[in-house]
Amino acid sequence: MSEKVGSKKVSISKMFVYALLAIATFLSIFPLYWMFVMATNHNSAINSVPPAFIPGAELVTNFVKVIETIDFFGAIWNSLIVSTVTTIGVLFLCSLAGFAFAKFEFKGKNILFIFILVTMMIPPQLGLIPQYFIITKLDWLNDLKAIIVPGLIDAFGIFWMRQYISSNVPDELVDAAKIDGCTNFRVYWNIAVPVIIPAFATLAIIRFMYIWNDFLWPLVVLREESSFTIQVALRGLIDNYVRDNGMILSGTFWATVPLIIVFLLLNRLFIQSLTEGAVKS
Amino acid sequence: MSRTETSLKTYKKSSLSEKTKEAISGYLYVSPFFILFAIFGLFPILFSFYLGFQKWNGLGEMEYVGLQNFKWVLTDKIFWTSLTNTLIMWVLGTLPQLLIGIILAYALNSALIKMKSFFRVSIFMPYVTSTVAVAIVFGIMFNSQEFGLFNVIFSWFGVEPISWGTSWWGVKVAISTMVFWRWVGYNTIIYLAGLQAIPNELYEASQIDGATIRQKIQYITIPMLRPIIILTVFTSTIGALQLFTEPLIYIGRTYREEGITVVLYLYREAFSNLSFGPASAAAIILFIIIIIISSINVFIANRIGR
Repeated sequence: MSEKVGSKKVSISKMFVYALLAIATFLSIFPLYWMFVMATNHNSAINSVPPAFIPGAELVTNFVKVIETIDFFGAIWNSLIVSTVTTIGVLFLCSLAGFAFAKFEFKGKNILFIFILVTMMIPPQLGLIPQYFIITKLDWLNDLKAIIVPGLIDAFGIFWMRQYISSNVPDELVDAAKIDGCTNFRVYWNIAVPVIIPAFATLAIIRFMYIWNDFLWPLVVLREESSFTIQVALRGLIDNYVRDNGMILSGTFWATVPLIIVFLLLNRLFIQSLTEGAVKS
Repeated sequence: MSRTETSLKTYKKSSLSEKTKEAISGYLYVSPFFILFAIFGLFPILFSFYLGFQKWNGLGEMEYVGLQNFKWVLTDKIFWTSLTNTLIMWVLGTLPQLLIGIILAYALNSALIKMKSFFRVSIFMPYVTSTVAVAIVFGIMFNSQEFGLFNVIFSWFGVEPISWGTSWWGVKVAISTMVFWRWVGYNTIIYLAGLQAIPNELYEASQIDGATIRQKIQYITIPMLRPIIILTVFTSTIGALQLFTEPLIYIGRTYREEGITVVLYLYREAFSNLSFGPASAAAIILFIIIIIISSINVFIANRIGR
């Protein structure tokens, strides 16, 4: 009311923008909220018209049913191991290779680097069937190694690390360390690694999420329940003849919670890293 | 032996031995990628091309059958259904995603907005949840019964329950919605990054020249955002052609024709029917399709750029 006449147009467009963002926020959050609502309600409350929209009292009951149906904690543990080990391995191998590409001179360097970039364009399904038989030959079926070892190849990671090291690790520092008699590995470890911590964080988040969420490959090579990652295990919830939706959504809800907690803790870094990546590439 | 040792010691700081050492370290540091890629990447790909011309059930002898697998796949009605489905879901799920992503990014980038990080985090949240969980949740929301959430909402507007799980369009709309919901925030953030990289001076200068909002968008925002738009079109197209998790969870082991995608077809041929030859042929065809569509993308992008 106290606003000037001239600012009226601004406030209308402002209201429009707020309304738009509010709707987008609601639609983004609602399925997650509803997942929680269903996780706390009895199946009958879900299969009624209209279904429940407020949380119920079945939080524990539903989760107990989940544990009885699938090995929930075992699967979370497997996912945690696979994602953590792969991420650490990728960080080490990609930063080492990125460092070599950024700071060392050797014959064929550029061709090798271009080759790595080209591999990024190949759809992963192309080699799926032979990959499965390699894993069978290695006797790695139902073994977490089947996820971890192939997961260590990360062309994007090498590209990312090379870009970051090129622009953030000064050549003078590398040369000075060499003159002081540092071995090449010491130069990497003592000079480059401390500088590229932000790049580690970015790559770690991207890679961890990717492995945690991967579904097709684990589905192909993990056949026994004891080796299931959480994504594969969740599928076991919907394979039953009796569909208990309260139980099913309890499972998906609790499998989502760890990811959301990690995201909320790291969200600044996460979104910053995404935007950085977008601008640079 | 001792001669080399002394020479190494003597010339420890000379440029020649340093160079060699550097080269050795270089090869050593990049070798893990190439070794692992050779085993788990390159060899399987080459073997796929070989397998595409063989008849094999995974156990017995392989038998060379020429182009028979390709012929088999290309005359299989279900393969064409899977290709049509994939392309329809690409259009339904991806194009709105990019359009709305740009609008949301524009809104988020507006200087007027408070609680920016709240909106940003909320809109990005779907990307963080797992694909399997999303597919399960939306699968239940798209229940064909009258108590399915979407049917309840539609009933408020007097619409009869829709059989999402069995009808030709119902299945596609349901799967496209899952894809849309999970990725729209991701694209928004990418576009937001692009918008923030546009120097403010450009807008200020146009302001002085008396440009309207429409002109600013047309002559500054869109051209400056073009590389990012091309990037998102590229990545989301390739992603859409590889659609697998959502349809598998939603239509289940029946591989219903309404929702089967090319990768699902490949998976079914290989791991349900144990027809590894046709499955490999399908993988090669998918690869060719991806190359063709990517080339068209690049071609169009280059034309626009000029």
